[in-house]
Amino acid sequence: MYFRIIKSKAISVLLTFIALLSTIPFLLVLYFILKNGISVINWEFLTTLPKPVGEPGGGILNALVGTIILILIALFLSVPLGIMVGIYLSEHPEGKIAFFSRLVSEILQGVPSIVIGIIAYLWVVKPMGHFSALSGGVALGIMMLPLVIKSTEEILKLIPNEIKEASLALGVPYYRTILRVIIPAGLSGILTGILAGVARIAGETAPLLFTAFGNPFLNFNILKPISAMPLLIFTYAVSPYEDWWSKAWGASCILVIFVLSLNVITRLLSKR
Amino acid sequence: MASQFIKRWELNKDKIFNLILAVSAVILIILGVGFFLSLFNASLVSLKKFGLSFFTGVIWDPVQEKFGALPYIYGTLVTSFISLAISLPFSIAISIVLGEYFQKGFFAEILRYLTELIAGVPSVVLGFWGLFFLVPLVREFEIKIGVTPYGVGILTASIILAFMILPYSASIGKDAMRLVPNELKEAAYALGATRWEMIKKVMLPYARSGIIAGVILSLGRALGETMAVTMVIGNYHGIPENIFSPGNTIASVIANEFTEATSEVYLSSLMYLGMTLFIITTVVNLIGRFILKKLQH
Amino acid sequence: MKKIFIMLTTLSFLLTSFLISQDRELLGAGATFPYVLYSKMFDDYYKKTGIKVNYQSIGSGGGIRQLKEKTVDFGASDAFLSEAQLREFDSPVIHIPICLGAVVITYNLPGNPELKLTPDVIADIYLGKIKKWNDPKLVSLNPDVKLPNMNITVIHRSDGSGTTFVFVDYLSKVSKEWETKVGRGTSVAWPVGLGGKGNEGVTGLVKQIPGSIGYVELIYAKQNKLPVALIKNKKGKFIKPELFSITSSAKVDIPSDTRVSVTDTDAEDGYPISSFTWILIYKEQNYKNRSLERAKQLVKLLWWMIHEGQAHTEPLDYAKLPPEVVKKAEALIKTITYNGKPVYKEVGIK
Repeated sequence: MYFRIIKSKAISVLLTFIALLSTIPFLLVLYFILKNGISVINWEFLTTLPKPVGEPGGGILNALVGTIILILIALFLSVPLGIMVGIYLSEHPEGKIAFFSRLVSEILQGVPSIVIGIIAYLWVVKPMGHFSALSGGVALGIMMLPLVIKSTEEILKLIPNEIKEASLALGVPYYRTILRVIIPAGLSGILTGILAGVARIAGETAPLLFTAFGNPFLNFNILKPISAMPLLIFTYAVSPYEDWWSKAWGASCILVIFVLSLNVITRLLSKR
Repeated sequence: MASQFIKRWELNKDKIFNLILAVSAVILIILGVGFFLSLFNASLVSLKKFGLSFFTGVIWDPVQEKFGALPYIYGTLVTSFISLAISLPFSIAISIVLGEYFQKGFFAEILRYLTELIAGVPSVVLGFWGLFFLVPLVREFEIKIGVTPYGVGILTASIILAFMILPYSASIGKDAMRLVPNELKEAAYALGATRWEMIKKVMLPYARSGIIAGVILSLGRALGETMAVTMVIGNYHGIPENIFSPGNTIASVIANEFTEATSEVYLSSLMYLGMTLFIITTVVNLIGRFILKKLQH
Repeated sequence: MKKIFIMLTTLSFLLTSFLISQDRELLGAGATFPYVLYSKMFDDYYKKTGIKVNYQSIGSGGGIRQLKEKTVDFGASDAFLSEAQLREFDSPVIHIPICLGAVVITYNLPGNPELKLTPDVIADIYLGKIKKWNDPKLVSLNPDVKLPNMNITVIHRSDGSGTTFVFVDYLSKVSKEWETKVGRGTSVAWPVGLGGKGNEGVTGLVKQIPGSIGYVELIYAKQNKLPVALIKNKKGKFIKPELFSITSSAKVDIPSDTRVSVTDTDAEDGYPISSFTWILIYKEQNYKNRSLERAKQLVKLLWWMIHEGQAHTEPLDYAKLPPEVVKKAEALIKTITYNGKPVYKEVGIK
């Protein structure tokens, strides 16, 4: 009799131990990145452009700006469409259109990012005739879309029907009700979805390999190739130059801190 | 008169609004269909030339323009399944710990964050870390056991993949465990079960499909993962002999060779690979989500 | 209202960004072989002229492909296009040689010994026939070196590479077995070995894997303090890859289009795995709405690269173009046209 109780307790200790073990990879990764990366980050690192191969010094300004521009393009493309589809799905949850658009959204969420890169190449790079920030932004936007749609739909579903009905009963037209009453009520949820989307795409490399292409110079023209943090990390990481390795650590450090902060913020927000 | 006009104008605005919403949903559907059609169209040249023998061919030879995808399909499946095997015990442990032992409280929150945040670390950063931390470690291990010390290879790639997919199966498993109705748990206790017996005989069977769904979804993730894998797998063009040997996956090959496929057949074969990956991951993901949906109802 | 405002600002942002930096930027892609040199050259060119040259080293295969797709202004490759490949382009392509480099055999052995290798041994290693470092063939060539009983880990390129092309072109010339079994190309079906991405990737792998062997451009081995092998050339001498031997390898007849392989050179003191590296462009520059201005910038850049730019080659251990080759390159640049009219006249070149 006691044996069973002891066994139960022992197993609970064992399982907790195993669960704690699985936090080690994350802590290791974080430790390594912070240790190697923090010392690299200084004013020069953040504000200058890369130097030629083998020469010390220089920075990653082109990649920082590039990532920001790519995120902006992705937001511009995915947020309006995503919110609209999300509204549609929350208002008309039944029906063929709802079923298929939800299906597409779920499929897109699971597609490997490299395949999305192929699509952006076929749809933007080829017709345009060259690589561009725009094509990179399109790829990232497609990746963000399902996240925006889902969070919009879910938060809007949570809003009690009474609010909508009260507004309609007061004579406010339907479209105004949605735009001025329902959406503002669900704004935090929508924002959470957008932030989660940004966190996801900020670190994506694969879709940028043959769309954004990379650029050692600063570039604000979205029709031209552009650099990005993850691209830079990849190129530098597989090189044999120690100077590039340390820059890659610095860039990884910035990227990880950025993405993890966004993750933590979205978690805290969704609790409310 | 005026009020009637305003009313009709407002009604029209509503109609337009609804139309815009519906159109946006349709745009999404068109996007999805176009996705598949574009991929298919781009694979046609290779499809016509190789047909289904693409999947059994072992030679990937750009010079002779003979393309067989078996080594990469093999590499993709092997790394994904090994990573699943590695992560499974940890994932189940976390599901039970967070789903039953610690459902609320400070410790639960910390544990949740520490196990789930790794999903937020970008793949390329994990690959970079793997290159500098894991690869030398594996290399030393290989030297100790007398195998060629590549450091990179199937094992290393599987380990990194395991890190990346763990949060998915753990999180879904935890949710599945938390869904077990209290009455069932109390009934088990009332019958004299210990905590572990209750978990083993009541909770796990009940949550089984949820846990399986989580595992399937993390498999879907593993199949499509590109950057971390391509940095540590060794980029070898054949079928790996053993777990320490280098290999390659579909996603990794596409990433490496896409910008330089010089001939039409070459490029089309890469697209064919991409389409294959798209179909496999979509099927796996949809199965996982389908099981999840059934659970929630 | 707010939405319209936001849309207008973003639109104007996009418009202005479109207008800035229209044609003061050139885009090139390709070989990793000369990347160290090009990155220095283009940095210097930017300082001197304000023209930005965005060069992405994605491998010669990538350079050729992107030029074919017309997504870049120029491609860069150490593998010159064959007649068959030239026919795949819808318009003639010219090869402008920029410098000479060497593909060296580098390795990771305790003590970094200097090894002597012969062509057949190299071929056998890459064919997987010689598997251990203390194989009798290697020992007999290097009696003074203590070769360990280690497996040879072969490293090759995972991407489409001109460096690969130069290397397998050499192997095809010196080994009938290689020629029939594997052949030539920028991407081949390697019998054995691991793949690294770019010259950088191969160097990285050799640096880190004990007992490995790889082929890279000389500067990559040098910058990373990796040992290089002396290779027996056609005349029977064991040659060290350095400026003198690389330049010597080009002391042979060069055709006027400069498309020539100088591997396994007949030159007495030539290093046997040397190669030119070229910039590839379309002869007729008016395609896909390219402006005359762009063509002019390109011609100016190329002219600079074969003249003033050559100053950067030797400090980085690339051999500069021999004078006869410079003359041939000049002649080729003068054939670049825009709407049929030679461009060089418009930029002040005599």
